[in-house]
Amino acid sequence: MAKPSFSDEIANLLHAGHGNPLRTCIQCGTCSGTCPVVEYMDHTPRRIIGMIRANLKDEVLASNTYWYCASCYHCTVRCPAQIDIAETMYALKRYSIWKHVHQEGLVGPVFSETFVKTILRSGRSFEPILATSYLFSSGARELIQEAFMGTKMMLKGRMPVLPPRIKRLDNFKRMVSRVIPLEADS
Amino acid sequence: MKEFAYFPGCSLEKVGLSYHLSTVETTRKLGVDLKELEDWNCCGATTYFHVDELLAYTLCARNLAMAEKDNLDLVAPCSACYKNSYFTNKHLKEDPDLAEHINYALEEDNLNFSGQIEVKHLIEVFVHDVGLEEIRNNVSMPLEGLRVAPYYGCQILRPRKDHEDVEQAEFFEDLLSAIGAEPIPYPLKLKCCGGSLILSSREAALSMVRNLLQNAEDNGAEVIATACPMCQVNLECYQQQVNQEFGTRFSVPVVYFTQLMGLALGIPAKKLGIGKEIVAATPLAPYAR
Repeated sequence: MAKPSFSDEIANLLHAGHGNPLRTCIQCGTCSGTCPVVEYMDHTPRRIIGMIRANLKDEVLASNTYWYCASCYHCTVRCPAQIDIAETMYALKRYSIWKHVHQEGLVGPVFSETFVKTILRSGRSFEPILATSYLFSSGARELIQEAFMGTKMMLKGRMPVLPPRIKRLDNFKRMVSRVIPLEADS
Repeated sequence: MKEFAYFPGCSLEKVGLSYHLSTVETTRKLGVDLKELEDWNCCGATTYFHVDELLAYTLCARNLAMAEKDNLDLVAPCSACYKNSYFTNKHLKEDPDLAEHINYALEEDNLNFSGQIEVKHLIEVFVHDVGLEEIRNNVSMPLEGLRVAPYYGCQILRPRKDHEDVEQAEFFEDLLSAIGAEPIPYPLKLKCCGGSLILSSREAALSMVRNLLQNAEDNGAEVIATACPMCQVNLECYQQQVNQEFGTRFSVPVVYFTQLMGLALGIPAKKLGIGKEIVAATPLAPYAR
C-alpha cells in the first residue's frame, strides 16, 4: 500500500472534527476574514488549508499558523463548506508534537507539554508553573511582567502558593497509564 | 429545588475565586443546589487536545462519570471546562467504541461513563433553569443606570451545539436587563480574548485584549461582565500590559456576571469576592451593601 500523503494524514487525524474533509474547501477565505489572530500568522487559515491539500508538509509544519490558533472556533461556525477548521489546527498541533517538528522559538508547544505534565502529576493545574514556559523562550521582559502581575494577584489572594492536587491521585495515575502506558510511573 | 453537580475547575480555586464565591451565593439565593464533584480533575483547557485526544477525553470523562454517580447534570462556570465537558459527553455518547476504551481506564478509579447526564454552562442554568422572571422577582437592588458590556467570549457559544444562534446571541443582555443593569451594544462581544495565547503568543493576545477594551470603552461601558475566568484574567489582569504595549490608558473593571447578579439580589459585596480586582470595581460601589 502506498504511503498516505501529508494531506491524507492530516485528514485522518481529525477524530473529533465531525465536519467535512479539507478537500471540500472552496478557498473562499471566510476563515481568514473571521480569524482574530490572522495578522500574526505566517499564512492565513485559508492558505494553510490550500498548502495541506498541495502536500506542502515542510512549509506547513514550519509555519506558526496552527500554534497561533486560539481555539475560538469562529472560523468553524462560519465555514460555508462546514469544515471544522479549529479542529484542523488541533490536528496540526498534535502532528507537530508527535513529529517533534515546529518553528523555533514558539512558546505554544512547550506550554502545552508543560501543562499536560503538570496535570498528570497532580490532577489539577497550577498557574505559577505554567508561566515558566517563558523560561524556554527569549521573553525575559515578559517573564518580569508576569512575575509582577503574579505578585499583585497573590496580594489579592488570587494566586496559589502550593500546587493543588486531587485526592485519588494513585487511581488517577493508573487510569492515565491505561491510555498512555508510558506515563505509568510519572 | 434544582440540583446540579458542580465542576468549578482549576481557575476558580484561586485566580477566579470571586467567580466561585459569587456562584455559590447567587445559586443558593435562587434555590439552586450545587453539589461539588467530590474529586474533580482539570479539564485540560485547550492543551490536552494539543497533545493527545484519547488522554483528553479520558480526563474529561472522569469528571462526567463522577456526576453520573450522583445522577446529576453537570454545571461548569468556566467556558473551557464547559466546552470540553460538553463535547466529551457528546462524542462518547456517539462513539461506543471510544467510550468502552475510556471506561477501561476509568475502572482504575471505580468510575463508569454511561452517557446519562447533560452538561450546562452556569449562565444557561440561570437563564433557562431558573428563568429570567424568577431572577427579576428576587432583585432587591436593581443595578439601575449601570452600563455593562456583555462579553460572551468564545466557548460558551462555539463550537455550535444544537440549534443555538452563534452569531446573534442575546441571553447575556437579557440577564443583565433582568437585574436592572443597562447592557450596552458591544459589537465585539463574541470575539476571542486570546485565551492561552496570552502565555504562548503574547503579542497577538495583547492586541486582541486591546481591541476588546477599546470597543467597550467606545460604547460607554462602565464595567465589562464576563462568564469565563480566562476572559476575566486576560481582560483585567493584562490591562496594564496592554497600556504599556500600546500607550493606551484603559482602566475598565472586569467582573463576573454572577457578581453583578449577587449585588442585585442584595448579597453583601464581600461575599461575592468584590474587592479582589486589580482594576478597582468602583462603578459598583453605589449598589454594594
